[in-house]
Parts: sequence; structure tokens; C-alpha cells
Amino acid sequence: MARVRTGVRVVGAVLAAALGASLAGCSSTGGKRAEERAKAAEAGRPAVSTPRWTFAMVTHAGDGDTFWDIVQKGAKEAAAKDNINFVYSHDDQAQQQAQFVQNAIDQKVDGIVVSLAKPEALKDVVQKAVKAGIPVITVNSGSAQSAAYGALTHIGQDETVAGEAVGTELGRRGRKKAVCVLHEQGNVGHEQRCAGAKKTFPGEMENLYVEGTNMPSVQAAVQAKLQADPSIDAILTLGAPFAPTAVKAKDAAGSKAEVDTFDLNESVARDLKSGALGFAVDQQPFLQGYEAIDLLWLYRYNADVLGGGRPVLTGPQIVTAAQAAELEEYIERGSR
Amino acid sequence: MTAATAVDERLAPASLLRRLLARPELGAVVGAVAVFVFFSIVAPTFLQASSLSTILYSASTIGIMAVPVALLMIGGEFDLSAGVMVTTSALVSSMFSYQMTANVWVGVGVSLLVTLAIGFFNGFMLTRTKLPSFIITLGTFLMLTGLNLGFTKLISGTVSTKSIADMEGFPSARALFASKWEIGSVTLQITVLWWLALVAVATWILLRTRAGNWIFAVGGGADAARAVGVPVVKTRIGLYMGVALCAWISGQHILFSFDVVQSGEGVGNEFLYIIAAVIGGCLMTGGYGSAIGSAVGAFIFGMTSNGIVYAQWNPDWFKFFLGAMLLLATLLNAWVRKRAEASK
Repeated sequence: MARVRTGVRVVGAVLAAALGASLAGCSSTGGKRAEERAKAAEAGRPAVSTPRWTFAMVTHAGDGDTFWDIVQKGAKEAAAKDNINFVYSHDDQAQQQAQFVQNAIDQKVDGIVVSLAKPEALKDVVQKAVKAGIPVITVNSGSAQSAAYGALTHIGQDETVAGEAVGTELGRRGRKKAVCVLHEQGNVGHEQRCAGAKKTFPGEMENLYVEGTNMPSVQAAVQAKLQADPSIDAILTLGAPFAPTAVKAKDAAGSKAEVDTFDLNESVARDLKSGALGFAVDQQPFLQGYEAIDLLWLYRYNADVLGGGRPVLTGPQIVTAAQAAELEEYIERGSR
Repeated sequence: MTAATAVDERLAPASLLRRLLARPELGAVVGAVAVFVFFSIVAPTFLQASSLSTILYSASTIGIMAVPVALLMIGGEFDLSAGVMVTTSALVSSMFSYQMTANVWVGVGVSLLVTLAIGFFNGFMLTRTKLPSFIITLGTFLMLTGLNLGFTKLISGTVSTKSIADMEGFPSARALFASKWEIGSVTLQITVLWWLALVAVATWILLRTRAGNWIFAVGGGADAARAVGVPVVKTRIGLYMGVALCAWISGQHILFSFDVVQSGEGVGNEFLYIIAAVIGGCLMTGGYGSAIGSAVGAFIFGMTSNGIVYAQWNPDWFKFFLGAMLLLATLLNAWVRKRAEASK
């Protein structure tokens, strides 16, 4: 065992040495310092003097999901402005998500924001909240069920509509044969996007399922698809992190296909600007979080309701090279 | 047991065929040939040189991890944290460089130390507590999954890392971990070279060194091994650190190939490594297997997962085909091994 303890000490010492060495081995380009230099601090102070209400947001986000992180950011900023105590919880298992909504009801919160990815599983608990007099706003998914369950309004993108916009855009760009890359098998929203795109796309469109948690395998699968069918001239990915990977796969396969994607992030913005990507479809996740909290506040403050019983759409917004430059700053700070 | 044989039968030179049949990877090789022939027939583009290079890349990313996982299995243990450890290694490297505005090589070095420390932790906990490796590494798996997410969120403010592509040292690090060469229509990824080198080194360790004997001995029966003077603790910790070392190589490849790392990646990949090792002839109970077998296993996996795409099958059934192909390959492997053992 003595040898083992020495091992621990050695590892510790080397770690400490590395930390010290890093101060010497600095990079004069990029990094955190560049980010800090570029960004001025933004203060989050309440703009209103209404009571400090508590709003809960319960989503079906998995751990470490880039998209929901932006939704949450939007909600937090609205909460800071509206003097709201914001409570966030999430679970990709519908049963656990319903449990979290129940927790919010138990805490007698002043408003609930919930995403209905699996509407049936959340039906009871949403109706329970409404019955308990808690205003509910649904976001992102569940536009069809929102009103029926008694929610005030729904804020989000209609996935089918978004898909249709993509199909039309691809057609406008003269594409003939497209592949829709789904990174989560069994995700209803993903299927709707691809189905919508297929509907309005004048050419031929196929689905390709890939393993979203394993980037090299995503690349290999897309590459394989392009090699199997050289006539493919458009690749559509459904999430921003998969777009640069698709570009890599395209280059490796020697294909001339255009890569387009749903959602934005830093590398998507960069690739849009450089022309490596054709266009991106944004459903403005920041807006979904921000509006949900802001509308709950408006309802509490002024009994205002938006949408007139119909979903309030936050997308699709087609972003091309021209807008990418303009949006880059916001993408970098993580609000687009 | 003829009393007066001139030569001990164990020392008698075995025929080439017999020696071949005794190899643990034989079943996997037969399985690989079967899968290869199958896809060559059903998928017209499967045999293209460029397609084969895609398959090789796919196989190498699994194979790099399958090598140490196979060694670990021969030593009688599992590592369920291997999948997320790859992501951890990439995250540490990326975030350290970014936050410290350091040359990316510094981050790469820190990542190596952190990853080796995790491997050491696994091995140390295992030998110290005597708990099954399933429990220890499941604990590590969960902790790393949480740490990956928690730290990334805490440090970067989002769930994926920032791009470090514009930082000093990136091009040279990319050259080592993620470069590729165009040879005609074929793209050779450096991961394939890493993979082959690891297989060669692991095979040499297993068959030609004392440490290799220790690994087989520990996997065959730890108490018996200890009784004859095998350093069981050291061997096990070494095996876990071997997994960590390869997780570091894979992690750096992912980082320098894709530039940005998502904190939720890697979950579930540990099973792919174990599958590759098992298809390659490693026994779930330890004491038997080979590094070359794990490479053949990874190759079968690469052929299957991409072959389905080349064959243009209905994607709704993708996972089913994948599972069925893997099961068939493993069954064939088991059958061949049984025949081989019976003929001895």
C-alpha cells in the first residue's frame, strides 16, 4: 500500500506543477481572456416593483442539453427583470417531469411553465395545477394539447411548420435529393420536422438515424450515407452541434452537398459566415423562456393573455450568412 | 498419460492449424469475414475504397478503447466509466486551456494527469474496498457524468465548451490527435494508426512480457496469482490506468477533431467497447482473450453500423439490424471457439 500512497502524492504534485506551468504556457490568442475583453458585464436588476412571485419551470430537457440551456437563460433574464423568484427543474423521463410539476403545485408557486413533449403523461398534473388556481403556460412542445389542458397559452415553434419552411427553402435553393439526420430515435418533434420538410421539398428526402451521443459515429454514418448515394445534394441536421460534423463528413466523402441545420451555436454562426453551411433554422429558444416568464408576470399583474387561444410561434426564422454576422455576438453570449 | 513419452505432450510442436484454432480471436475473424461478405453482397458501395476508410475510422474510434477494455476484461474486471471518461478527458483539456488562456498543450497535459488520476482512483478503490468492479465503476460513471455537466455549466456558463480552435498550439495538437491523409480517394485518419499501435503494444505486453502473464494470472484467479507472487494490486491499478490512458487519447481526438465538446456525450459508449472486446473473444469471466480480438470486434462493429447505411435499409429498423448483426457475430464466434476447443 505504501507504493499506492506515494502514487497519490506523485499525482497531486504533478497536477500542482501543471497548474503552475500553465501560467507560463499562455496562449496569446482566444481563450477566456479574449471573451472577457470582448464582453461587458450585464447587470440583472428588477425593472418592476410587483411582489416577488415564484414561478416554476419544468422541462423535458436531458442533462447537458445546449438548447434548453438557452431557454433557461431567457427565463432567468425575464425573471430578474420582473422581480420573479425563478425555480427550474428538468427530466427527460415524463414521469419524473410530472413529479416535478406536482412538487411545484405542492409549493403553491404563483405560476408554472411546462414543456409537453409527452403530453399524455403530463395531462393530469397540468390540469391539477390549473384547478389549484396556478396559471400554466406551455412552451416548446405540446401546442396541440396546451389549450385543452387549460394552459393560458403556448409559446414555441410548430415543428411541422418549421420543417415545411426548411423544405421550401431547400427547394428554393434548387436541391434535388436531401437527407434528414435524426440524432435521437423516437423523438416526436424530430420526426415532425423531417416529415414537414419532406412535405414541401420538391425533391426526394430520406431520413438517417445517427447515435447523437457519439460524435465520431455520427460523422461515420453521414459519411457512409453520402458515399452510398453520391446524388445527395443536401444534408439537414436537427441540432446545431451536428452541423459542423456533417460538414466534416461531407468533406471526407468528397461530396458537394449543402449542409443546413436547425438551431444555432457559435460554430454554426462561423460556418454560416464562411459559407460552409447554407442556412440555419432558429426557433429562438431564448424567446421561449423569456416570453413564458414575462407572460406569466403580465397575467399576474394585468390579467393579460397573448395568442387568443392559439400558439404563439417563436419560429422558424431562417438565418443565412447575412444574419449570422449580425447575430454572432448574441450567439457567443449564449442567448441565441 | 503414457508413462514413457520421450517428449512432454505440452512441449510437442503443435500443427499450424491447431495453433490457429487455439487463438481467442479466431471466432471473431470468422465472424468478421461473414459480416464482410454479407455486406459486400447486399450493399453495392460497401467495397469502395472510400467506404472502407469510413468503416476503418468508425472502427478505430471504438477500437482504441476496446484494446485496454479487453486487457481489463482478461484481468477479470469491467470499467463502466470508460465511455464518459473519454468525454471528461476532452472537457478537461478544452476548459483548462480556455479558462487559463493557456497554450492548448498545457490543457492536453493536465487532461492526461486528470484522466490517469481517474483510472488510478478506479483501480485503487477496487483493490482497497474489494467491492465488485461493477459497483465501483458504476459509481465513477455516475460521478463523472455529473461532474462533466456540473463543471462545464459552472465554468463555461453553457453545457458545451467554447471553441479553442483559435488558440495557440491547436494546429500541432490537431496534427497529433486528429490529422488525416488523402491517399487517392481514400482518407486515412490518424486514429487508425493510434489504434494499430495500441493493438501492437497491447499484444506485445500480453504475450511477451511478465506483466502480460500477470494480467492472465489475475484474471484466471486472483488468489492463486497472489499466492505465486503476482502483484495483483499493481496489475489491476495498471489495467485501469491503461483504460484511462486510452480514454485520454480518444478524448483528445474528439476535442481536436470536433473543436467543441458537449458535456452530455459519451454515455453508453462503454458498452460498445465491452461489446467489441467480447465479440473479439474475451470471456466475461476473465483470464482469456486477446488485444487483436478486440480490434476484430471493433472492426465488426464498424462494418455493421456503417454497412446498414451503405445497404440503404429502412432507417426505422437501424437499431434492430445492429443488434441482430452483433448477436449473430457473437454466436458464430462462440460456435467456432467451441469447435476449436473440441478439436484439441
